Amino acid sequence: MLRYALERLLTAIPTLLLLITLAFFLIRLAPGGPFDAERALSPEIEQNLNQLYHLDEPLPLQYFRYLGQILRLDFGPSFQYRDWTVNQLIAQGFPVSLTIGGLALLLGLLAGVLIGMLAALRQNHWLDYLLMSLAMAGLSIPAFVLAPILVLLFAVHFGWLPAGGWEWRLQYMLLPILTLAMPLVAYVARLTRASMIEVMRTGFIRTARAKGLPLHQIVLRHAWKPALLPVVSYLGPAAAAVITGSVVIEKIFTIPGLGTYFVQGALNRDYTLVLGVVIFYGMLIILFNLLVDLLYAWMDPQIHLDSREGY
Amino acid sequence: MGRLGDWRQRRQHNRRRSLWRDALGRLLRNRAALLASVLLLLILLLVTAGPLLSPWDAEIPDWDKASMPPDLSSRHWFGTDAIGRDLFVRVLEGGRVSLLVALLATLVSLVIGVSYGAVAGYFGGRLDAMMMRLVDILYAMPFLFFVILLMVIFQRNILLIFIAIGAINWLDMARIVRGQTMSLRHRGFVQAAEAIGVQPGFIISRHIVPNLLGVVVVYATLTIPQIMLMESFLSFLGLGVQEPATSLGALVSDGAQEMQTAPWTLLFPASLLALTLFCFNFIGDGLRDALDPREHL
Repeated sequence: MLRYALERLLTAIPTLLLLITLAFFLIRLAPGGPFDAERALSPEIEQNLNQLYHLDEPLPLQYFRYLGQILRLDFGPSFQYRDWTVNQLIAQGFPVSLTIGGLALLLGLLAGVLIGMLAALRQNHWLDYLLMSLAMAGLSIPAFVLAPILVLLFAVHFGWLPAGGWEWRLQYMLLPILTLAMPLVAYVARLTRASMIEVMRTGFIRTARAKGLPLHQIVLRHAWKPALLPVVSYLGPAAAAVITGSVVIEKIFTIPGLGTYFVQGALNRDYTLVLGVVIFYGMLIILFNLLVDLLYAWMDPQIHLDSREGY
Repeated sequence: MGRLGDWRQRRQHNRRRSLWRDALGRLLRNRAALLASVLLLLILLLVTAGPLLSPWDAEIPDWDKASMPPDLSSRHWFGTDAIGRDLFVRVLEGGRVSLLVALLATLVSLVIGVSYGAVAGYFGGRLDAMMMRLVDILYAMPFLFFVILLMVIFQRNILLIFIAIGAINWLDMARIVRGQTMSLRHRGFVQAAEAIGVQPGFIISRHIVPNLLGVVVVYATLTIPQIMLMESFLSFLGLGVQEPATSLGALVSDGAQEMQTAPWTLLFPASLLALTLFCFNFIGDGLRDALDPREHL
């Protein structure tokens, strides 16, 4: 197990390096500099600014300087938010994004698994059809369509919840979490249903039935573990989807999270901020995937920890 | 005669049941997929020919008639938007742009994914291991963030952006195609071709790829809604299609801002978007079940 973990950790390093390199050079390809927005900068000032941020150096030198910074987990100063470092901006926005995203992920998994199991145990029953139609709707209605409708309903019409903004209170979190979790619930439910149906047909479940174990015990003791394997391997993409989704959700509900900073940064060509956020989230996803791999190895007795030929 | 004839008939009957015929039969029995196909055809017809039915133009504003609710007598069937443009024509325009862009990006991702996966699966060995390790690494990239970077680079040229999205979004396709190719390459017809000295490139393009058609069609049908979602997502953030051109995502974004005073500006584009995605998802599901009747997600 330890060796496997170490090996996975080692493959994470080239991944991270590629991420940083790609992001760094891609953003330098973009026309327009970070100081374009300000009008009437005199050439001297612009030169000074470029010097201050090392933008006058040759690109390879800038690249290695940046790599060195990242090693020290220092994302540098922000170009647009003066007096702020990217680290400070991340420290400001990320707790908000993490709270919403984490709770949405948790809700999506719990609700999705429960719905999927229920549908599988009632396969081809009206309840199954109903739940799966709802799941299909959940996949087809984008969050940014659902969110305004929910706002219209619960905030404007009933006035139960605030329409947007942010405070560390449940009322402010409820709608964002619900809309963020919805596509996840739908996808996880479909995933769970399919694999649960397959598991319930296998020999060891038939054995459990033959010896007269009641259904709830079959599910709780035997079926859940193999049935959840596809869900576990979906966790990585799920986390990425939540992070992506949070960008839109934060915009709709005007939440000051990291996604908001990112979109602003992209529009303003705030090199360091955009790079910082991409790399920060990339690291997060890589770390999360590592944890998921370990969880998978623990859950699936058939996985071969030493060989990585698992396609 | 009797028994033998029966047997012959049955044998002939069995022989006619090819993979595709079976698949078609299963697809036709899947009512949801069938209904979705008909609906999708209607949508395609409407977005291409629909604007001809209306006397209004998608880009000419009429300030006297801003934010008018749907009205049959003036032939503003879906009402007008905040600056008085006819919403019916705009929604259909937007639908056409969204669909076109999704089809194009899917095509790009298909070409890259199929050739990459077929090459990796056919040659196997170290090349395959290297190519698939690269796919693994690319999987861990925060995809959307790169798209936003591309957005900044291409100055919101919508076509280039979606070619770029297609160029990033081929990983799933490559994995699936690789797996299929690996099972195909040990089949008799491929080995026969190898035995008579056919070049690998020719084997891949003539023998492997045509046999991948089934999976490719299924995953293409499932990729189109993904990319439509992505397009509307970007347009919603203000990073996609720019005025006066429009797309469903841009229309939903506009509509969401005025939903309290003019709910129809949200309702119509949102419904068309959801309906189209719904159709593609159902058809993709149906095709997958039809071609491979094992249980899937």
